[in-house]
Amino acid sequence: MTPRPLTLITDNWYDIRDLSNLSGKIEELIRDANGPHWAVWVVSALLGAIGIVAFIGGVAIINIWIERRVVGRMQSRLGPNRLGPFGLLQPLADAIKLMQKEVLQPKAADGLVFSIAPIAFTVPGIVIMAVLPWGRNMSLARLDVGILFILAMSSLGALAVFTGGYGSNNKYALFGAMRVIAMLVTYEIPSVLALLGLVLFSGTMDLADMVLFQEKFWIPLVLVQPLPFLIYFISSSAELNRTPADLAEAESEIAGGYHVEYSGMKFGLFYAAELINAVAISAIIATVFLGGWWFYKLDELVPGWMIFIGKIYAVYFLFVWTRGTLPRFRIDQLLAFAWKWMTPMAFANIIVVAAEVLIWDETGASAGLVLPLYIAFNMLFAGVLIVAWVRFMGPRFSRFPDRLRYFDRIDVPSLPAMRAPAPAAAAPKSGSGAPARSASEGGGDLRGGRLVGGPRP
Amino acid sequence: MPIKSEPVEVNIGPQHPSTHGVFRMVAMIDGERITDVKMIVGYLHRSMEKLAEERTYTQNIPFTDRMDYLAAMTSNLGYCLSVEKLAGIDVPERAQVLRVIFAELQRIASHCMATGAFINDCGAWQTPVMYTFRDREKVLDLFEMTCGARITTNYMRIGGVAFDVPDEFLPALDMLINDDLPFRFEEYDQLLVGNEIILMRARDVGVVSPEMAINASLSGPMLRSAGIAWDLRKADPYSGYDQYTFEIPVGYNGDSYDRMVIRIEEMKQSLRIIRQAVHILPGGPHKTEVPLAIRPPAGEAYSRVESPKGEVGFYVVSDGGAAPYRWHVRAPSLINLSVLKEMTVGQTIADAIVTLGSIDINVGEVDR
Repeated sequence: MTPRPLTLITDNWYDIRDLSNLSGKIEELIRDANGPHWAVWVVSALLGAIGIVAFIGGVAIINIWIERRVVGRMQSRLGPNRLGPFGLLQPLADAIKLMQKEVLQPKAADGLVFSIAPIAFTVPGIVIMAVLPWGRNMSLARLDVGILFILAMSSLGALAVFTGGYGSNNKYALFGAMRVIAMLVTYEIPSVLALLGLVLFSGTMDLADMVLFQEKFWIPLVLVQPLPFLIYFISSSAELNRTPADLAEAESEIAGGYHVEYSGMKFGLFYAAELINAVAISAIIATVFLGGWWFYKLDELVPGWMIFIGKIYAVYFLFVWTRGTLPRFRIDQLLAFAWKWMTPMAFANIIVVAAEVLIWDETGASAGLVLPLYIAFNMLFAGVLIVAWVRFMGPRFSRFPDRLRYFDRIDVPSLPAMRAPAPAAAAPKSGSGAPARSASEGGGDLRGGRLVGGPRP
Repeated sequence: MPIKSEPVEVNIGPQHPSTHGVFRMVAMIDGERITDVKMIVGYLHRSMEKLAEERTYTQNIPFTDRMDYLAAMTSNLGYCLSVEKLAGIDVPERAQVLRVIFAELQRIASHCMATGAFINDCGAWQTPVMYTFRDREKVLDLFEMTCGARITTNYMRIGGVAFDVPDEFLPALDMLINDDLPFRFEEYDQLLVGNEIILMRARDVGVVSPEMAINASLSGPMLRSAGIAWDLRKADPYSGYDQYTFEIPVGYNGDSYDRMVIRIEEMKQSLRIIRQAVHILPGGPHKTEVPLAIRPPAGEAYSRVESPKGEVGFYVVSDGGAAPYRWHVRAPSLINLSVLKEMTVGQTIADAIVTLGSIDINVGEVDR
């Protein structure tokens, strides 16, 4: 390890500011005791797994509170504030309530599939955490193809959702399941293409190396690659079933979708896994776009994993924000959005990135010169593409010059029974733009005609 | 190999988050498209029209609260107008103006609810409904201040209103209509009217043609969205609506989006009316003294008011006794609902939910 003069982190095993110290110490102990070679791996893997599962458990509990609290603020209310300080014990109460509830299973449900789905849904979020770099030397499993692994795992969640929706033998759940598959097929492509741009640019598929790349060039990749960030954020929010794209559970349409038949702790698992997956996706974004555990000079003062968690929650806040703000797309609009906009843009981005990498390699220019240029160009490129799409390909809504017409007078046509005693029925023709039928000639006949009032003063 | 498919029958409601109560529709669905809709109403039927025949005219006022429980004031008003017409009772000037103030406040409250619930049906995660409820609450606070109740107000009486407004009412109303609500309605304009997702979801969804609207006898925002300028406050003024300056917003398309925008505009127009009404609020009694058990002369009367949902009409037949011989209510929710099939067939489930939300039904009024 290179000496770090500014650092406060020591190499003592009890210094939890760098957790690799602890595993290093254990390794040392086992070696000293002439333990078997594989024991080192088993023990450190177990320790890491325990750590990650503990973190996930904590996250699932605390995120319920965070999400409800933050969305509560957005909705101009307080959110849970009764149990414990600031309502912090509310998630525990929820969990206890869910555990007490009976786990119902529809008679016609496919029992095995029905039971396995919530468990399968929690797995990807946990497994993704294992390959992420939590600090400088803190990957539980450092894979050469970490990005591939992450992409494969994050699409497993949709499979579990499909399983649950299909297995519960409910029409609403089946709708949710079908929508999930359509969205999976659609949104995998732009998200893979978005990450491919990053892989091209950083030249590695190893997540730890990607962080090191950002540390080396002193720049988070989100600045160099704003368009993939946008694309990946949108498509992952579709994969996560969060609100602009929560079609699989679409509460107002299909009443909860895939988890409509789940109750008790099975539902609780779905609920928790949704939050876990959101954190996992946030962690991916934090790693590849925001520089993971690195943040300029800060990682020499603060443990890397704390910076990483801070970034995770920054991204997670974005997810909560969109969830609290936006209405839902319709399924065809959502799929069209992916096919017509995100996929072509991701392709365009790959071409641009490939050209940039080629230029950088061929000219051998210094990073200090190239990167600001690329940042400026890519920002401009993303902006132009988005504006151009909205202008030329986007949906056109304004079919009429004005949204509404205003009438301050309504001429009532005389109905046959009313006509005799009402000479005032022969009101002057009003000068409005709509086809006006004179009250006197039209009589009570309203077919095709419109009752037209006077023009707006 | 061609894929064989068959339509699925999906039961939307009576227990469904977006059917606004216990309305039920049975939809035949091919993929996501709706091929047929069957509406089933009656889960909230309380037989009010029959019950009313056993009660005195005054005792029937609370029933009207429970019909359109989101717009109790206008229901009250419509019923009281019909009995007054039947019995030939004059209403004092102050009561007329107070009725207008409360009817328009009720319109704001009901449209707040309708707009928020509509966006909720579009899939927003409870946020718009919380915003609009916040403003509705302030209106309901005024109701509570005046008559003690927030929802089922039971405020209008035959011959006037039940109570005069308390001293603190007018300052509170002034703050509400001049400080709070105009700002809020601008906020709705900015957040909702130009929102691309709402445009995508609600434009050309649930379209009512003008012919269909008239043939089905639609009323309220449903009718006005179809491009027909019709508002009973202008066309058949009651309670002195002819002395106020306001405008009727009318749409072009007849789609769900137009209905939402019309509701937001109507709330602004209601504010205009309330401002004028507060300005001209005269002194004097708030109620004509009428006997508790009115015995109108034998005959019949129909009076109608523009409730937030449309034309709510009360048809009262008297045989000279203390209770109405027959009582019939023209409920706008039920009649506006009658075109649901024409509006939704060919659309997706999501569109059907949006359409249903834009009709702004109230199951209490549908079933009575």
